[in-house]
Amino acid sequence: MARSVVAMNQQGVRWTAEQVLALAPDVASRRAGSKLGTAGPWSEAGSSGDGAVWGLCKGSGSKPYQTIVDTTGPAYKCSCPSRKFPCKHALGLLLLWAGGEDAVASVQEGDVPDWAGTWLEGRRERSSAKKKETPAGDGPAAGAADPEAARRRAERRAGRITAGAQELEQRLADLMRGGLASAERAGYGLWEETAARMVDAQAPGLAGRVRELGAIPGSGPGWPVRLLEECALTHLLDRAWLGVERLPEPLAATVRTRVGLTAPVDGPSVRDRWMVLAQYDSGDGRLTTRRIWLYGRTSGRTALLLSFGAAGRAPQLALPAGVAIDAEITPHAGAGQLRAELGEQFSVPVPIDSPPPGGPVAAALDSYGHALRDDPWLDSWPVTLTDVVPVPADGGWQLADASGGSALPLTASPHSRPGLWRLVALSGGGPVTVFGECGHRGFTPLAAWSAETAETVALT
Amino acid sequence: MTATTSWEELVTSALLGTDRRPSAPAAPGQDAPVALLDAAALHTVRRRAGLRPAPAAALPEPAPHDPRTPLPEAARHRLTQLLAGRAAPSGGRRGVAPDLAELLPQWLAAANDHGYRAPASALPALLDAARARTDLRPQALAFAGPRGLWLARLNSDWKFALRGGFGSAQPGGPDHGAALPAPDDGEAVRRLWDEGLFAERAALLGSVRATDPAAGRALLATTWATERAEDRLMFLDSLRTGLSDADEPFLEQALADRSRNVRSTAAELLSALPHSALAARMARRASSCVGPDRSGDDAAAIVVEAPHECDAAMQRDGVIPNPPSGRGERSWWLGQLIESAPLATWTARLGGRTAEEIVALPVGDGWRDELHAGWCRAAVRQRDAAWARALLGPPTTPPAAGPGTQSLAERSKLLSVLPADERSFWVASFIAAHGLSEAFQLLGVCAVPWSEPLGRAVVDALDIARDAGSYPWSFSGVMGLAERCLDPGEADRLEVLTTLPDEPEGASPGAGGYWSEAFQRLVSTLRLRAAMRSELAPAGLDG
Repeated sequence: MARSVVAMNQQGVRWTAEQVLALAPDVASRRAGSKLGTAGPWSEAGSSGDGAVWGLCKGSGSKPYQTIVDTTGPAYKCSCPSRKFPCKHALGLLLLWAGGEDAVASVQEGDVPDWAGTWLEGRRERSSAKKKETPAGDGPAAGAADPEAARRRAERRAGRITAGAQELEQRLADLMRGGLASAERAGYGLWEETAARMVDAQAPGLAGRVRELGAIPGSGPGWPVRLLEECALTHLLDRAWLGVERLPEPLAATVRTRVGLTAPVDGPSVRDRWMVLAQYDSGDGRLTTRRIWLYGRTSGRTALLLSFGAAGRAPQLALPAGVAIDAEITPHAGAGQLRAELGEQFSVPVPIDSPPPGGPVAAALDSYGHALRDDPWLDSWPVTLTDVVPVPADGGWQLADASGGSALPLTASPHSRPGLWRLVALSGGGPVTVFGECGHRGFTPLAAWSAETAETVALT
Repeated sequence: MTATTSWEELVTSALLGTDRRPSAPAAPGQDAPVALLDAAALHTVRRRAGLRPAPAAALPEPAPHDPRTPLPEAARHRLTQLLAGRAAPSGGRRGVAPDLAELLPQWLAAANDHGYRAPASALPALLDAARARTDLRPQALAFAGPRGLWLARLNSDWKFALRGGFGSAQPGGPDHGAALPAPDDGEAVRRLWDEGLFAERAALLGSVRATDPAAGRALLATTWATERAEDRLMFLDSLRTGLSDADEPFLEQALADRSRNVRSTAAELLSALPHSALAARMARRASSCVGPDRSGDDAAAIVVEAPHECDAAMQRDGVIPNPPSGRGERSWWLGQLIESAPLATWTARLGGRTAEEIVALPVGDGWRDELHAGWCRAAVRQRDAAWARALLGPPTTPPAAGPGTQSLAERSKLLSVLPADERSFWVASFIAAHGLSEAFQLLGVCAVPWSEPLGRAVVDALDIARDAGSYPWSFSGVMGLAERCLDPGEADRLEVLTTLPDEPEGASPGAGGYWSEAFQRLVSTLRLRAAMRSELAPAGLDG
């Protein structure tokens, strides 16, 4: 059923090589995939109008690997033993497909080979079955056998978090009493121990904050100021949690999310032509977090999709920057929360035609300031800057309004990243449009557009 | 809670501890640490909410305009793929997939031939590639163009791009390459020459010399006396471009230079000018050492009497008196005289014989190798095709039995003197006669894509090697060259070789499979090159 909707839409435009390579779980896969992105090892490769691609890849064995990709998911299936996801064969196949009609020809619906058709068919059935189910399963009660037991569990957890928050408050008060200078001497161990206590208290949000507090004394000049700021905000979160029932509901939901409770996915879903502005991964070795920023062409709304992957596996959800999809998203609860879940997709991704609207640097800082009213713990806020120029300044870089005068410093992290240099190259000293995260540490550029080309240049 | 306490006071008291330094006045019943944290939280959120833009630093000078055509979409994606594959680990079994890193040089050359502009977003990867591989630099930097140089100035990783000499390799475009003045803009040239950094001056001299050799020499002469010795050497070297008899007076004067390296470079350049006075002096010296054997009836032999001393005049003409260890000084001096004497000397000296006839003459007292080696160097230096041909001998003659030299490096230098057609025909015949085992270096000097006879000869020889049952990696060098240099149009003809053959009698186990794989890689690389070529074809022609 869902497929017929898709089929009525325009034919999906093939992805670009950059977009394909952005899906790679790591650098090694990227290289291995690139090597397979040529006609040599492939046979029986084909694609269908609704976004499925398949091919046989000759490997070291006698039997070629069967590789199938559903680009609307995207979802991958390969008969190779690799635990990388997507594997190099899937990446190679997509690169080949990105090469155009000559490399991977489009075929009619009936000409899909059986080995690919079976899996694709299975996926379609599963996804339409899921869609039928969703309206029936209503809210969090669906699946929970006993709502009363669930409520008791939630209460027990809230109790533990409260105990954790009180303990953390005590730690922070002790720290202030003894002075931050002594905290530097105490080293990281003290913080690790406190973080472990917060994990025990089932407050992962607090645990994460505490770990970051532990890293600040080693973060270079000016650390006492940063440590005091973050201690104060952690204190603010503790106090907010301890009085959460007195807070207005949207703020209470934000506090619960910050402490580490998963906010329910609620609110009406929003259908729009969502532009994928950026996709980037961060991780600590155990867990990879993928962030995907969306901008709704019609609603003007910005949304964040999160996807997680265990060590060595790329997160499942992948949307290459620079495409737009007609899709529904459902936001999470909470004031100032941009997180959403991706729902049904009504089209295959097509390249975006123009950058999102934006403003000067002063407006970017204003919108961060506004967002802090709903969520004072925000480190940054997604904004688009128009007509800005990257400028070297004081050993770092800033983005300055092309008209001169005002500028935003870039955060320190991208300096080592090739993204900064792509941004500078794209600008060539002239104005560009840049999407990124604007916050108290500065601006982190994630994607850029130049008037010279229609290309979305990913900076991640 | 209070906001009256200043942020600095809060930080101080947090650093020292509220026990020692209480700051924020606590509300009744509130602990000092809590009061401090409350005040700090208020400060922090207020500061963040009220962040204002920083003053902008001076905007950079925009990159110069690049009038070249933008890359077609498909070619842009191909470039991304090639640059991503550049860093792919090499080594190990190569499988059937093409080696992308090896295709980047010819992709860049083709893109430059078409006069395309590099996509701005690809410039960092392009500069990184050029940084890692010096052989890519001229083409990569030409492709990167003015914006590439603009960008390289901002990142010390890419300062290699500013060392000069690369910008001038770029075809077309009046304002291409480095920010060099136009070679005919006398005043700007003059100013940069007087005030520029060494790299800029070297690039400038190169570009002026390339368009107007006399102007380049004149420019160099204006400051010659005041240049440092190592700079003189580099500048003198740039006179190789457009070298002519008109340079002789300048070079003759450089023979008296204070620096020995400058003197010997000047001598080498002069000896490449057969009409120069130095060449005549060398011819006189060489003729006194080498001549027809008068003892026999018809003088059908050469006698050699190596020089007995290296006098001051010889040294002034660039002859180096001290031989490397292991060589006799007399044969060392002889070699230098032979390589610097004009080859026309020998026709006159040896009874009007042609180069072929002279090379065929017997040489007395075991001097043949020394004499022929000197002639080889002379033929290369003087770009003398007739002598190069004679010294190479017929391609069917086994190298050990032929004239000239057995050294493959020397032979490929001789080949590079021949016209391109003749060169590839010679190598094709050589391969047909002797197989591939010694062909690698010779193939390296042949024009790309290989001519049809050469391509056939290589493929036939590979086919023969396969039938002989050896492993393909014995020929991996030639195979790699074939992937890069065979005409992409040959792919269809080669397809038949990719099938798995029956294992011939006495073959190495499994060799057939590896050969099939190697040929598959060859075919897929050729197909990829054909695709690359059509992607780069200007819009409207590629269909």
